[in-house]
Amino acid sequence: MTRAEILEELKTILKPYTVDKELLAGINDNTDLIKDLKINSANLVDVIIDAEAKYNVEIDYDSAEEMTNVGSCIDIIMKKLNTSE
Amino acid sequence: MSRRVVVTGMGVVAPNGVGLPAFLAAIQAGVSGIRFVPQYQELNFSCQVAGTPEFNWEGLTNYISEVSFHGLKATNIGYGIAAALDAWADAGYEYNTDTPRWDTGCVFGNSIADTEAMKNVITKVDNKEAKKLGSRVVEQAMNSGVTSYISGRLGLGNKVVTNSVACATGTQAILMGYEYIKHGYATRMLVGSTEHVDTYVYGAFDSMRVLSRKFNDAPEKASRPMSLTAGGFVPGSGAGALVLEDMEYALARGAHIYAEVRGGATNSGGQRGGGSMTAPNPEGVIRCVQDALRISGIDASQIDLVSGHLTATMADKQEIQNWATALGRRGSSFPMINSLKSMIGHCLSAAGSIETVASILQIQHGFVHPNINLEDPNPEIEEIINMDCLPTKLVKKEINIVAKANFGFGDVNSCLLFSKI
Repeated sequence: MTRAEILEELKTILKPYTVDKELLAGINDNTDLIKDLKINSANLVDVIIDAEAKYNVEIDYDSAEEMTNVGSCIDIIMKKLNTSE
Repeated sequence: MSRRVVVTGMGVVAPNGVGLPAFLAAIQAGVSGIRFVPQYQELNFSCQVAGTPEFNWEGLTNYISEVSFHGLKATNIGYGIAAALDAWADAGYEYNTDTPRWDTGCVFGNSIADTEAMKNVITKVDNKEAKKLGSRVVEQAMNSGVTSYISGRLGLGNKVVTNSVACATGTQAILMGYEYIKHGYATRMLVGSTEHVDTYVYGAFDSMRVLSRKFNDAPEKASRPMSLTAGGFVPGSGAGALVLEDMEYALARGAHIYAEVRGGATNSGGQRGGGSMTAPNPEGVIRCVQDALRISGIDASQIDLVSGHLTATMADKQEIQNWATALGRRGSSFPMINSLKSMIGHCLSAAGSIETVASILQIQHGFVHPNINLEDPNPEIEEIINMDCLPTKLVKKEINIVAKANFGFGDVNSCLLFSKI
């Protein structure tokens, strides 16, 4: 799975938690989930749970804490996918 | 400092009508909102009917953001949001605000968290999957969930209180909001209550043998307050809400005023003198009504209409006796009295607020709604009050003063008095 593919899927995962859904069209590695997408910090947990379900991986607490922007989300998901394979 | 308090907005989610126009039409026409519930038959409940609002769950996105809606599972909170935000809009106010509304608070009541929604939580925890619960469970499990959603959406910045006194919750919430304004702590209070009788709560009441079980094949006949064939109450769900305002503030902004909250009282019979966990001490009820009258500056002879608690149990007769004693009025000098529960069942925590919305509509439009299913009034009630006081058809009549009371498990009572402005 490529970074571009995960980025597209990430848009779907982030959508329920993003108030202004139009912002999702233009996300890139540097898009910050809280600062740019205005996602409530409490909802980051839900983003991680949804990502775990989507990719059938387990994202530990330490990895989850690194998932602050789109790029780091993709990094962690790819890393977990590779470990599970 | 003592201020006068008026009602400037109302919202309702009731088994026989969602929204004020539908609810008004239903209570005027005597429309029952009680339906057979096939699931209750499958579950071997004795009572298999209930009052459930025809509520458009997806429509909640008209009130709250899609982000907030996503993950909302608690039915009681959904009903409460709709009723409260409808009341707010009915009072002529916008939802959005950039800064907190420091002069406005919220007292909203409910019984317990939606157990059906919580079942998913219990299952996940028991399966050692607590990590999958996510961020949205606690806010819906907490008893203050409904007030948190309402006050958060509207930016209410004054007192935000969640109250709970079983079936007296709704009337008590309105009383508390009234008192905060009366004493000058707030200018506006959004008050009310909500209830979703989920399967598990329903089952527990069913086991107490206090529910109507002989009309499962005729659900609209099942809720029969004051009738000889009354054999228990029918659980109902829904929410009612009112915007209360300092009268001077409401007049200054040219608000539409439905009625004045003249006063009220809430007390407990102490589970003594015949009172228990489930039955009211008559002396407590009588004191509550008389305190409400005194605080309101209203003489018992002035009351045009009593909106009773009257659930369709053995307690109906004692309630009529208590009203007669408290008001010092019997026979044909007793005021008109009705029970909305004949149409919607007993909405528990929401009963007081939905019934208050009905009371105020009767003041506004000059009518007394019918007591349906009263073809066979209990003769013991006829010994206390004249049957002309118990209309079975709509009565068009000017209503100036209404007394509204509810009595709850724990031997708690609340009584309110409303009048035309």
